[in-house]
Amino acid sequence: MRSETTTHVLTHKGGGGAPLSNAGLLGGEPSRLKDAVAHLVVWIGAFLFASPLIYAFFASLKSKDEIYQIPPTLFGKELRWGNYLEVFTYGPFITYILNSFLVAILGTLVVLAVSTTAGYAFSRLRWKGRDTVFVFFLGTIMVPAEVLVIPMFILMQYFGWVNTYQALILPFAFGAFGTFLMRQFMRGIPFELEEAARVDGAGPIRTFVQIILPLTKSAIAVLAVFTFMGFWNSYLWPLIVTVDYESLGTLPIGLASFSTQEGTRTDLQIAASMVSMVPTTVLVLALQKHLIKGIAMSGMGGR
Amino acid sequence: MTTAPAPRKRRSALARAESLQALGFASPALVGLALFTALPVVLSIVMSTFDWPAFGERRFVGPDNYVFLLTQSPDFWPAVRNSIVFTVLYVPVNIVISLALAMLIGPRIRGRNIFRVLFFIPVVTPMVANVLVWKMLLNPQGVFNGIASSWFGVTLPTFLADPNWAMIMIVVMSVWQGSGYNMLIFSAALEQLPESVMEAARIDGAKGWTMLVRVILPMLSPSIFFAAVMTVISSLQVFVQPQMLTGGGPGNSTLPLVMFIYTTGFKFQQLGMAAAAAWILFALVILVTAFQFQVQKRWVHYEV
Repeated sequence: MRSETTTHVLTHKGGGGAPLSNAGLLGGEPSRLKDAVAHLVVWIGAFLFASPLIYAFFASLKSKDEIYQIPPTLFGKELRWGNYLEVFTYGPFITYILNSFLVAILGTLVVLAVSTTAGYAFSRLRWKGRDTVFVFFLGTIMVPAEVLVIPMFILMQYFGWVNTYQALILPFAFGAFGTFLMRQFMRGIPFELEEAARVDGAGPIRTFVQIILPLTKSAIAVLAVFTFMGFWNSYLWPLIVTVDYESLGTLPIGLASFSTQEGTRTDLQIAASMVSMVPTTVLVLALQKHLIKGIAMSGMGGR
Repeated sequence: MTTAPAPRKRRSALARAESLQALGFASPALVGLALFTALPVVLSIVMSTFDWPAFGERRFVGPDNYVFLLTQSPDFWPAVRNSIVFTVLYVPVNIVISLALAMLIGPRIRGRNIFRVLFFIPVVTPMVANVLVWKMLLNPQGVFNGIASSWFGVTLPTFLADPNWAMIMIVVMSVWQGSGYNMLIFSAALEQLPESVMEAARIDGAKGWTMLVRVILPMLSPSIFFAAVMTVISSLQVFVQPQMLTGGGPGNSTLPLVMFIYTTGFKFQQLGMAAAAAWILFALVILVTAFQFQVQKRWVHYEV
């Protein structure tokens, strides 16, 4: 059901020509005044949109009591940068961060390895039953995670994997989405490139590594970002499959740990939330060109 | 002995070699999918017909779990209703806002990539962190009520403890969190609008509202349809926002289906019952998606 719209987006390249201007998008003459108005509206919209995070940033520099004070202030009596130090010494927050990095990085590597190889087999190699197997593959995208988590938990118990890193990484690393994305992208690579290598005596492994993979870079970047994000942000599955949060908890679980029975350290919790945004934001900033291109190319993204 | 193999035979040998190589490339994905998707799906169907406590004796009960959920469980239908209410409120607002943003942030806006990244940040931030920020804002001692009471002398409702406001605030927070994603999809689609068609429409004198409704939206309709389908699917699976903002409360007024599944399975330890509820959710998702595909013929234009 995804392929229908996706193929459309893939084949639907514009008619070329000058890029559309937003001021002229709705017709009429582009003018300086319209431009100025458009800029103003964008700035106001962006400010409204960003204000919860801006406010949260300043709140992260206040004391716990000052956050909930009426009338509210943007700046506290002092800017307590020490909150950020305290975050790292409050409980095992460092462990949560390291766990998140470990799980997200290893998970992304597994997803990339599995999706690129399978995408290659489904797009560049000929074998019997290929398209039938692929339809089955696509079908699994429709199964929601909620259906899977309960039997997956039983499976983890059976493997003796409850409360292990492999249980945090492997169960959701084999989804069909990555393979689908890679297949779609690799199908667009001209066959002549590959044939030349084949004629020169390169086997499929060499062709894959030296020809196909380098040409798939931007799709790999997109998949890497979405997969990293998925692991970094996931909450339901880690909540279920880990028991010993102190040593195996990931960041989203760590964020909740600032609320205890004695009360909530809102100051630290908000500072920790700010910290948790940094890696994914940096990733998006660094790869934004690829990301926009990748979404345009595939018309979708992972979850 | 020295005769060269017939061409056909050689081709089939090559084909066999290629099949083997393909199997090598595809097998990690195939094994993983079989083990971590196909097997759990089968297991889940089986579980849903059992009284399956987390610890202790399992007992085959046939369709009893489904019957209990549909006819007796006090929280099941409210959970279905809440998931649907969330979806009905969230999806249109999300689509309209993300479409408006995408159209606004066009090539002539200076620094448009920075704006796009800005709107995308809540999408990539851990949902838990987003929720914690909003929880702070919505607290009765928080900044919204603080400003209202000290600047205007108005006391706002206790957003998260009021049955009517709680769901609205979950929607508001989710729109803020999720619109950036569809915005990127629409931005990409807008950049691919065929200039020839736009030019022709312009020559025919289309502008403003007519241009938007008669030319741009029809050309964007495949992307809008795609975004709507995907957003509906994810909305019916909403979990983290209500779980952390309201805990499903007050009462069960914001308890959605996924949270019902989670609490049934992992708090009340009735795994079979939870599996049955998950399949009902899946059926609901399929039904709604099929309905959308039916209706698309009326408004989605594929050919330009």
